[in-house]
This record gives sequence, structure tokens and C-alpha cells, in this order.
Amino acid sequence: MASNDTPAAPGFMGWLNKRLPVQQFVREQLLEYYAPKNFNVWYFFGSLALVVLVMQLFTGIFLTMFYKVGDTSAFDSVEYIMREVDYGWLIRYLHSTGASAFFVVIYLHMYRALMYGSYKAPRELLWMFGMFIYLALMAEAFMGYVLPWGNMSYWAAQVIINLFSTIPVVGPSLVEWIRGDYGVADATVDRFFALHVVAIPLILLLLVALHLVALRQVGSNNPDGIEIKEKRGADGRPIDGIPFHPYYTVKDVVGIGVFLTVFAIVAFFVPTLGGLFLEEANFEPANPLSTPEPIAPSWYFTPYYAILRAVPNQRLGALLLLIAVLAFFFLPWLDRSPVKSVRYRGLLFKFFLGLFTVSFLTLMYLGMKPATGAYVTAARLAAAGYFAFFVLMPWYSRADRTKPVPERVRFHA
Amino acid sequence: MRNAVLAVMVLGAAQLLRPALSAEEAHHPLDWENWHAGNEVTNTDSLQRGARNFNNYCSACHSLKYLRYSRMAKDLKIPTEQLKANLMPPGATPADYMQSSLQSADAIAWFGKEPPDLSLIARSRGPDKVYRFLKTFYLDPSRPTRANNLVLNNPAMPPVLSALEGVKAAVYTTTKSTVDGKIVETKVFDHFDTVVPGSMSAEEFDGFVRDTVNFLDYAGEPAQADRRSIGVWVVLFLLTFTWIALLLKKEYWKDVH
Repeated sequence: MASNDTPAAPGFMGWLNKRLPVQQFVREQLLEYYAPKNFNVWYFFGSLALVVLVMQLFTGIFLTMFYKVGDTSAFDSVEYIMREVDYGWLIRYLHSTGASAFFVVIYLHMYRALMYGSYKAPRELLWMFGMFIYLALMAEAFMGYVLPWGNMSYWAAQVIINLFSTIPVVGPSLVEWIRGDYGVADATVDRFFALHVVAIPLILLLLVALHLVALRQVGSNNPDGIEIKEKRGADGRPIDGIPFHPYYTVKDVVGIGVFLTVFAIVAFFVPTLGGLFLEEANFEPANPLSTPEPIAPSWYFTPYYAILRAVPNQRLGALLLLIAVLAFFFLPWLDRSPVKSVRYRGLLFKFFLGLFTVSFLTLMYLGMKPATGAYVTAARLAAAGYFAFFVLMPWYSRADRTKPVPERVRFHA
Repeated sequence: MRNAVLAVMVLGAAQLLRPALSAEEAHHPLDWENWHAGNEVTNTDSLQRGARNFNNYCSACHSLKYLRYSRMAKDLKIPTEQLKANLMPPGATPADYMQSSLQSADAIAWFGKEPPDLSLIARSRGPDKVYRFLKTFYLDPSRPTRANNLVLNNPAMPPVLSALEGVKAAVYTTTKSTVDGKIVETKVFDHFDTVVPGSMSAEEFDGFVRDTVNFLDYAGEPAQADRRSIGVWVVLFLLTFTWIALLLKKEYWKDVH
């Protein structure tokens, strides 16, 4: 459908559409973009991630107006925001709760892809762009966590930056280059500020744009894992598809309402969430002479932290941590199953997906606990479960007894 | 009468059901590690008393460097005349932050370290821990301050509330265990004995500490009462919004089959 098909509308819209394809964009991307009609609750998290991204950008901009970067001013300026800036506490809590909410939403969004095989062909690139967003988000969250310059900020920066020292040959000098000093110091918080507010958000926005363009190109998957584009009616429209607008815009608004309600309950009533969203040790200024016990990263990093600590050799642990994160990239090629959705997969896949779920949550819990005794043993078992999901996938996804996939999506109005 | 008989029967049954306890097991040591401050930041009267306590017993050494006198007076509904007359050091203005007048060189000479700023102590340690700290000072002649503490071993802080609470001695039980063939004695804290009574009763002192902790809880996040009261309206609005959105969604989705 070329743009000159559009009859020239009179007035301002006509003038505008000649110069900018507004009408064409709305038609192609919203009114005539067909999404499968059988989306379930798991399909809310994509639009919710976008909502959180916008909220983080918006609250972040206001925080930068009052935040004062530097090792002697950062902590004081955060307290200034909490106490003296009108509704500064609100902006700060929305931003800190938003950071955790981002990971809740992204993890559920990724889990949806695991369940319904959304990473499989033809959505490999869509999945990879999503994974790059996840990596950028991890960097963004880590650097943002350092900015308040509390004691946990300081020590988390110390531990995480030191991971790079395990890289052979260049490690130690690389660590010095990242910190900009011989230890985590003023130079570190300054550069993390630059990266957190300019560099990574730009990369994130670019990746989100690519993720959305790739999504529009291949179309959404659905809980049945059926390509709706393959079943078209006489008018050429997918018979199991419905226009994105108004059906999914109006449905996503409900999801946003539910999400914001839960979000507001946390932000207004339990913003620290018992030390999960804001740690107690971070209400003390950074102190190189006093190590908090135990040092634990934010909850969204603890699964990987548990894997790191489960290995006695630090270099091997760091390598396994890296593999644990990057393994997701290879899913489209590890999965040899003829079906996408867990609904039509056999017991083998269901078992390994369950094993992965339990392992991931166990690792998340263990990453918050001290690395001693039974905790380490449990972390090793859970890490084995985590990696088994990926390593054995070429085998179990092929050997699985799949069920026949129906012609049409299952939908009950 | 009937109730009394019933009570006796219930108690008797409870006795029978309870596993037999030896005299030693029945003894419970002071459960100070599970004490809760039980303070309420919405209780303005308690906060005002806490501000008075802080001013009388803490502010000589400890600052609240992120809190202004004027902010405290506004939030705690303290009239400006009272604030100026009772809660501010001479020469300070209401817009000043609550700084102690203790010089850091003096502090190091007298206590060995600078007393920490208490603005965020209730946030970094939690109100319960501050409460336990203030209530577990005990006599220890080996210390320069002649006092020690169960929460913070060997504190630099002297027992400044002992005139109110009295002086307590810690009583320990000794347990013997065999480690690598040697008999090792471990001292476990059991309870406090009053050595010198203070000017307050136990209940009065408990209230005093609770009010003080409440004030420190407030000082850690002065906006917290606002936060909760605004939050109620935000959540109510969002619930209404979501309900209307759901009705709208249902209306639109009627034609999807």
C-alpha cells in the first residue's frame, strides 16, 4: 500500500500528510496492523515495559535537575531531593521503584517468550534485540544504583567492576580504566552519571525502536504459537487477527491500570519493600572502611551473583555468569522443536522449563544469602538446573513428543 | 462464676497438652533481640515528646544535619515561640539545620570518635534496632564509660539515659561444652538486674525511648506521613481508572468472536 493511495484530505491534515506520513503511519501501524486475538495476560508486559521506560525517563530528568554528581555531594543531594524538593520524595521513589518494576516486567516478558516459543523463527532478530535491551538495562540499572553513593552503592560497584579483573592479561588495567582511579572513587560516580543519563538511555531507545520495528515486520506470536498471517480471509486479512487499535490499545490500558495500582501501592506504602528495592545499608554514605554484611546486589542480579559465588574459582565463576546471561541469545538455534507453544509441547520440555523456573527463583533467593555451607551446595544444584535447560535443549526439544497444533488459534469470547 | 470454671478447665487442659518442661527449660532469658519499637509516625504527640527528648539528651552530641528546625516545627505542629524558646540553641535561626555544637576535635578527645549524624539512623538500622540499642546499656567497669551495650558491643557512647532508666547489670548463664576435648565455657546473656534505680519507672522509660525512636523515624523520612496519605488517594484513583478502562475494554471486545 503506497502512500499516494491516500486520497488527499482537505484542510490541515491534508497539508500535514503531504509533508509527514501521519495518517499512513497510524493506518499501517495501528488500524491495519493485525494482532492475534488470543493474547492472554502474559502479553501485557511488552506495553508495560514501554510504560516503565517512559516513566523512568520522565522521573530521571527531574532527578537530574537536583542530583549533584560527585563523591562528596551525591549522597547529600539525594537527601535534599527526599526532604527539600517539593514532591522530590515522590519522584525519587517512582524512579527507584521503577527500576525494580522494569526488571519484574522484563523478566515476565522474557518468560512469556520461553513459554510460547516467541524466540523461534521468524522472530530470532526480534528476540536478539530484546536480549540487547536486557543487557543495556542491566548496565543502566547497575550504574543508576551507584549514583546515590550509599555504602551498598559503593561496595556493589567495587564487587561488580572487579569481575572484569578476572579477564586474562588485560583484566587489571581494564578495571582501572572503568573506575578511572585506583579504587571506586569520584571519577567512577562521575562517569557512571554520564553513562546512566545520556549514553545508555540513547542505546536503550535505539534498541527499543529496532525491537518494535522487527515486531511489526514479523508480527506477534501468541499463546498457541500459530502464525496468523498464514490463514487469511477473502479480504486478505488474517482471520485470527484483530486491528491493534482499538482492541489492543483499549486492552493494554486495563493492564496499565492494574500495573500502576500495584506500582503505586509499593511506591507510596512500602518503597523500600523490606530492603529489596532500597537497601538499608544504602542509607549510609559510601564508606571504604566499612563493608556491609553481606554484600548483595539488587534482587534482579542475585540469580547471576549466586552462580558467580557457587564456583570456587573466581575466573571460572565470572565466565559462567557471562554464559548464564548470554545463553538466552542462542535459544532460537538451541530449540529444535517443530512447535512453538508450551501448549503443544511434550512432557520433556515442560519438565525442563519447570526446572529452569525453579532454578532461577532459587538462585535469586540464594544470591541474597551469605555464600556458606548448604547455601553454596543449593546454589550449585540450582545452577546445574539453570544450565541444563540450555545445554540439553537441542536434545530434549527434538526428542519431545509434541501434540498436533490446531489450524486456528483457541479463543473464547 | 461459670466463666471462671470454664477458664480453669481450659487452663487445665492446656497444662495437660503442654509437653512436660523441666525447671531449667521453663526459664526464658530476656528476649531483647525480638523487641519492637512499636512507634507510630502519625502520632504527633509522641513525635513532640520525642523532639523534646532528642533536644534534652541527644542533640548536644548528635546532629540531624538534613533536618531544619522550621521543617520539624511545621511537621510536628510546634509553635514558633516554643521552638525558639525550647528546641533551638542560642544563635540559631529556624531555617538552620539541626547541628550539634560539639567540635569534632573535642569529640575525638572525649569519646575517641565523632558521634554519628542521626538523620538516617532509623532508616539504615531500622527503628527496632535503635530502640533495642537505647534499652540495653549495662554496667561494665572495664569500659572507660563504665557501660556496655547488647546491640553495639563496646560503644563509644556513654549511657546518657542512665539517670532516667537506672543502672543495670547484665546477668549471664554459663554453658559448658566440649570442643576438641577441652571444656569451653560460653557466657550467654540472660537478664538485667537493677543496680541503681533511675528516676523513671520501667513503663515510663519504655515510653521515653519509644517517643525518641519515633522522632528519629520521622527525621529519617519527614515526608512519610504525607506519602501514605497521598498514596491512599492515588490508589483509589487508579482503581477507579482501571474499573472504567475494564468496562471500556469489554464494550469494544463485544464484537470479537
